[in-house]
Amino acid sequence: MTVNKWTAAKVARKVINKEELFILDVRNPDAFEDWKIEGHQFEYLNVPYFELLDGVEEILPKLPTDKDVLVVCAKEGSSVMVAEMLSEAGREVAYLEGGMKAWSSYLEPVKVADLENGGELYQFVRLGKGCLSYMVISEGEAAIIDAVRFTDVFTNFANEKGVKIKHVFDTHLHADHISGGRNIAASTGATYYLPPKDATDVVFDYTPLTDGLNVKIGSSQINVNALYSPGHTIGSTSFVVDHQFLLTGDILFIDSIGRPDLAGLAEDWVGDLRETLYSRYRELAEDLLVLPAHFMIIDELNGDGTVAKRLGDLFKENHGLNIEDEAEFRRTVTDNLPPQPNAYEQIRQVNMGKITPDNDEQTEMEIGPNRCAVR
Amino acid sequence: MNITKTLEAKGLACPMPIVKTKRAMDTINSGEVLEVLVTDKGALNDIPAWAQSGGHKVLEQKTEEDVLYFYIEKA
Repeated sequence: MTVNKWTAAKVARKVINKEELFILDVRNPDAFEDWKIEGHQFEYLNVPYFELLDGVEEILPKLPTDKDVLVVCAKEGSSVMVAEMLSEAGREVAYLEGGMKAWSSYLEPVKVADLENGGELYQFVRLGKGCLSYMVISEGEAAIIDAVRFTDVFTNFANEKGVKIKHVFDTHLHADHISGGRNIAASTGATYYLPPKDATDVVFDYTPLTDGLNVKIGSSQINVNALYSPGHTIGSTSFVVDHQFLLTGDILFIDSIGRPDLAGLAEDWVGDLRETLYSRYRELAEDLLVLPAHFMIIDELNGDGTVAKRLGDLFKENHGLNIEDEAEFRRTVTDNLPPQPNAYEQIRQVNMGKITPDNDEQTEMEIGPNRCAVR
Repeated sequence: MNITKTLEAKGLACPMPIVKTKRAMDTINSGEVLEVLVTDKGALNDIPAWAQSGGHKVLEQKTEEDVLYFYIEKA
């Protein structure tokens, strides 16, 4: 039987199209429990590769013959070995090229909307890590918000679209993933903006991203408006794009809200988080479409692969926006928080420019889910 | 600690360090100790997990200049 090789892009289409897939994950049970490829219609079997060295006979009855089987490991090597053993046993299976490392890196660009005068808004969905980046395009110019570190994806996309990247924003100093913003700005000559309150320790030059900052993309009226919205970090800033879209960064997600503890003490910022979610956002138009910087679970994806929902709907449905009692809210976001993202302190150091790890080290730091939310 | 055998698995990528460790383990007797030198960081979790699944005991592990050392007593 042939052993097929699947790219992360192919698996991404299976996720977005809600197709069926059987994943044989041959990593350690700990690694599997912590983080795996999530799909609406995916089934899983986790058996570490080192338990299959003597043969795959024991797991054959557990593998379906009526649907695709994908063998997955951390970097690819073990999944190739297991896929070949299964092939010799008469099964047609595939392995994931580049393993979970490739899955963590893959970005799927999805168009959110057409804007006036031929403008476009794209969301770049990093399915493996749950990170969302944005590009606003209008009349030959582009702005990027919360770019992840795979800068080529953004610069190549801008080239394909024939637009020049003029503005690069980070809504806050990220703790779960390494920002690509500074490098994109350096290679394209764009302006790099960061909220000054998050940037007190950064070692590079940046343009302050402050409340009310208004940047126009192209010569028409498509604008990107900054709204100071602290709580996840003290500098966290949202954007209202073209009066229609609210980019919330890590403050408000579809089915959860930002956690206040990744850059300091939760106690200090919980009041800011409350103020942003229960006062500042309440003053905004309910018809704004919320576009967050993360998703946590696959159910937050819409049918077209976007992660987006009307603000008014979130006021009704998001549990974190419906905790009347302030003391209870305080407890919810400070007690029983989920584990922190992998290497979050080091990642913050990288984003401050204090350390410059090589690519492999960066990959290692970013392993695992983003964990920026509290439900 | 008496080291019965040393396995050089430096520079090898997953799954080879474990495959070779298993083969080397098959050549020593119960109670004897295998020393494994490996550079693939995946081994940090995988070797102890593999050893545990086979009932072997990791007596000691250390990292020196990016090389991981494991001392495994055969079950």
